[in-house]
Amino acid sequence: MTAGRSGRISLPAMIWLILGEWRTQPVRVATAAIAIAVGVALGFGVHLINASALTEFSRAIAAVNGDADLQVASVSPAGFDEALYPRLARIAGVAGASPVVQLTAALPGDSQGLTLIGLDIFRAAGVTPGLLGQPDPAPQGAAGGGSGFGDAGAVFDEMAVFLSPSLRQAIEGGPGGRAAGARGAVLSLSAAGRTVPVTVAGTLPGVAEGRRIAVMDIAAAQWRFGQLGRLQRVDLKLAAGADRDAVEAAIARILPPEAELVTRESQSRRSDSLSRAYRVNLNMLALMALLTGGFLVFSAQSLSVARRRSQFALLRVLGTRRDALLIQVLIEGAVVGAVGALMGLGLGVLLADTALRLLGGDLGGGYFGGGQPVLVFAPVAAVVFFGLGLLCAVGGSLLPAREASRAQPAVALKNAGDAVDPSARPAIAPALALLLAGGVCAFGPAIGGLPILGYAAMALLLAGGVTAMPWLARALLSPLQGVRFAAPSTELAVRRLWGAPSQAAVALCGIVASTSLMIAMAVMVSSFRGSVDDWLGQVLPDDLYMRFAEPSQADGLDPAGQARLAATPGVAAVTFTRSLPLRLSPETPSVALVAQPIRREDPGARLPMIGAPRPIPAGATPVWLSEPAAWIHRKRAGDWMTLPVSGGQRVFVAGLWRDYARQNGAVVLTSEDYSRLTGDPLRAEASIALKPGADIAAVTAGLKAALPPDLAARAQFARPGEIRAIALGLFDRSFAITYVLELVAILVGLAGVAATVSAQTLARTKEFGMLRHIGVRRRQIVAMLAQEGALLGAVGVAAGLTLGLVMSQVLIHVINPQSFHWTMETRLPWVVFVVVTAALISASAGAALLAGRRALSMDAVRAVREDW
Amino acid sequence: MLSIRGLSRALPGGRVLFSGLDLDIAPGELVAIMGESGVGKSTLLNVIAGLDQADSGTVSIGGSVLSALDDDGATLLRRDRIGFVFQAFHVLPHLSLARNVALPLVLGHGDPAEATRRAEGMLADVGLPGRGGDYPRQLSGGELQRVAIARALIHRPALILADEPTGNLDPETADRILGLLTAQVRQAGAAALIVTHSEKAAAAADRALRLTHDGLVPIDPPAGAAA
Repeated sequence: MTAGRSGRISLPAMIWLILGEWRTQPVRVATAAIAIAVGVALGFGVHLINASALTEFSRAIAAVNGDADLQVASVSPAGFDEALYPRLARIAGVAGASPVVQLTAALPGDSQGLTLIGLDIFRAAGVTPGLLGQPDPAPQGAAGGGSGFGDAGAVFDEMAVFLSPSLRQAIEGGPGGRAAGARGAVLSLSAAGRTVPVTVAGTLPGVAEGRRIAVMDIAAAQWRFGQLGRLQRVDLKLAAGADRDAVEAAIARILPPEAELVTRESQSRRSDSLSRAYRVNLNMLALMALLTGGFLVFSAQSLSVARRRSQFALLRVLGTRRDALLIQVLIEGAVVGAVGALMGLGLGVLLADTALRLLGGDLGGGYFGGGQPVLVFAPVAAVVFFGLGLLCAVGGSLLPAREASRAQPAVALKNAGDAVDPSARPAIAPALALLLAGGVCAFGPAIGGLPILGYAAMALLLAGGVTAMPWLARALLSPLQGVRFAAPSTELAVRRLWGAPSQAAVALCGIVASTSLMIAMAVMVSSFRGSVDDWLGQVLPDDLYMRFAEPSQADGLDPAGQARLAATPGVAAVTFTRSLPLRLSPETPSVALVAQPIRREDPGARLPMIGAPRPIPAGATPVWLSEPAAWIHRKRAGDWMTLPVSGGQRVFVAGLWRDYARQNGAVVLTSEDYSRLTGDPLRAEASIALKPGADIAAVTAGLKAALPPDLAARAQFARPGEIRAIALGLFDRSFAITYVLELVAILVGLAGVAATVSAQTLARTKEFGMLRHIGVRRRQIVAMLAQEGALLGAVGVAAGLTLGLVMSQVLIHVINPQSFHWTMETRLPWVVFVVVTAALISASAGAALLAGRRALSMDAVRAVREDW
Repeated sequence: MLSIRGLSRALPGGRVLFSGLDLDIAPGELVAIMGESGVGKSTLLNVIAGLDQADSGTVSIGGSVLSALDDDGATLLRRDRIGFVFQAFHVLPHLSLARNVALPLVLGHGDPAEATRRAEGMLADVGLPGRGGDYPRQLSGGELQRVAIARALIHRPALILADEPTGNLDPETADRILGLLTAQVRQAGAAALIVTHSEKAAAAADRALRLTHDGLVPIDPPAGAAA
């Protein structure tokens, strides 16, 4: 006898048993592994996409900022007084300071925009050498640049501009061909509402690929683009050994409200906060998919354990300890999880790579502009997501494993089949406890600005819903229990489901998890889309809209131009608006400071107000905050706040309004207050009401003709319907990944239904053999199974729809407001409900029917004699 | 080898299955227990195997007192010293015959290759030579029970417990299996306790007992019924 003393299953025996089981149940094992793989792939893929996009975004910021140690930056494009520069340069510990003009600029026919930087090259050489231009060699025979300094003379030519390699490439690839980007070529550059001819002098070798930057002399930039006395940035180089904290403190003491100290850390936090909620939400949705995978593993393992009850009993009789069985089932789950998670990591890389190429780094969310991100592999995240996949699979195996280890071997060996007890009443208390805990979490606040408790609520509701399945299956089928059906197949189907609710629950577990999650997402997206649609109707009341092509900050109409447009024949009235980015704090993304011709006593005429506007105190400057702005900056109607413009202006929050266009918030001022506080008389957008009977095409042509030629080339006109279509198109694009997740949830759910139902059906071969013996016809059994499957699917859909609707309310009223800071009204996507109901019931009935045919193909005599 | 003293067991409702049972089985001795359905024969077997608990009394196997062992101890005792044969064969469908037979050795951390080699030998001993690579679904009921007997004996147990080993077999096959079981048990020198309804099986045993509410009562073998 070679027995060891541990009572644990030896490794070879475990391998025999696990591989043997998988050989007989490959589809179910594969479905469970795929479910885990899908969850891991989505989570890891989304993480890789975000990591790649953030890396790209940081690179873009670093390229524009050069190599400065510290930076003082303006909170809006209006800049700050240049008198700050010498004060900064004199601070102890500052070795060098480089003043910078930074403007968003555009070239004719170009919608991507570029960053125009004005530098003092002597200062920049010591602080941000990476932004210094390199003049092109002069053509043979030329005296060089016209400045008398040979090639180097170009550097001192006030209208000389140096282009980053990518920008130059783009210009040379445009309609002007190579000559348009060659040395000496004249470009028409628009920025701050002015268009100025500049001369190409060379390139910026220190700027990385993909960046669109042009550098020119700071004085010329200030003069030509109306920035005299203003700077947008001062780059600082610290002296060797300088105390960074002391320098930062000294800078903070002299900063005006219009400027802020930007460190690499604050910049990184700001770029992170830009898309944090979006990323966290996608990750959470992916984790929900992973959780669904965990439920499918639970489903598969429960069935497997139920089917193998007497096999485990035999192992116990042969001398295997209880905990060894527990470990065996857990290891089975862990191996499924590990295989699924590994597949998921590979799929995640593929998914991320494909999505980056097709949708960009923000997955269509519109958070990051600029270049195409390159996939960045994240090994730590890979380990984390592998671990999560494993955890879900092991977690899903835990209850079945406990069941396997607790079974009484003597009883299991005698009963050999499943131990169904129709008289047992399914418990509801644990489910109610979970649902209650979910409800409590749903009312919790955001943690660290993220809806952590909201997601905990969803997970608890999901767990509670699934736990309630046996009770619910019994409750839903109870009305049918008293009915006598003429068809024996229906009679048998109803009795079976009613009598074995725990078995029904195992099959329903995966269906309910995936259906509820998908329904919750579908309701949320439908509600969001419907609310956006309504909102568009409110904010687009006029007949025609005009704006300048991106970057819209580069252009603007002065008051004379505005008057010319208003006087165009056919125009009844024109409303001009302007929007500029304004940072209210160093660590949050900029809000939009919006000029709107609002009447103080009736803001609702132009803004979709939430709640009644507050009376404005005498002498106060009113602002109206969008929902996200109020949420992010913790303001309510009636509060006071300070805007960092004109040396800091105290303003009164006169009301809140609904805005789905700007996730980081918008602060609306009346047109007059905006001009007074910012000194910016330009307007970049116009909404035009036509006179009755006016021909819209003729009016559009008239408006174009009234614009200066350079602006006319960049002006875009659209009717409300077109803008609505574009906006909803953008909405759909930004939710593309959500639609993909929904589809995946449906497919995983359907696969889970098919695998579970077919496994349960095949496990009942002996029962079918018995039915055949007592005279039930083959087609009656098939009909019974189809009806059972359909009933099971119907119960699953009913539970999934109900749970999904509850979870959707958590998404709509908790997670969305806490993540994106906007509210919406519930809209139900009836078409999705009908499709999901039909698909799940058909899949369930179809899987049962097909599996039943397979089970019935076995000889009835042999079936009743089969032991396993 | 097996010693039972004052063993009692009642059902949860209070109905007494048996009480005050005494029984000794020596190595190489084969004892058959008969009785009406529901009298507690299988329960007695389960109590002896440590799969069920007695209300009172002791079971001692090779000097090990079962009640002194915890669940793990009883499990190890089963694995090392007891072999089982069931009415319903209980052969794992996804393992080959050789692996089914070798399972007790491999579960006890034996070398898988050596265990499989010994299993092939055991299969030959029970009349299934060269069938180690086959799977259970390819076998008849009688053949499956041969596999189960091989599995029960491969680790050379001190005690064989058999619960209706011929209950699922036709009379001819049952005779053959019974002959095989008694021969193998005697060859192995193990003590054996067979629970059965079959007069023939009882006649093949060294002693036959009837389990009643009053205890174990000896049965005289019917004339001419010996195997």
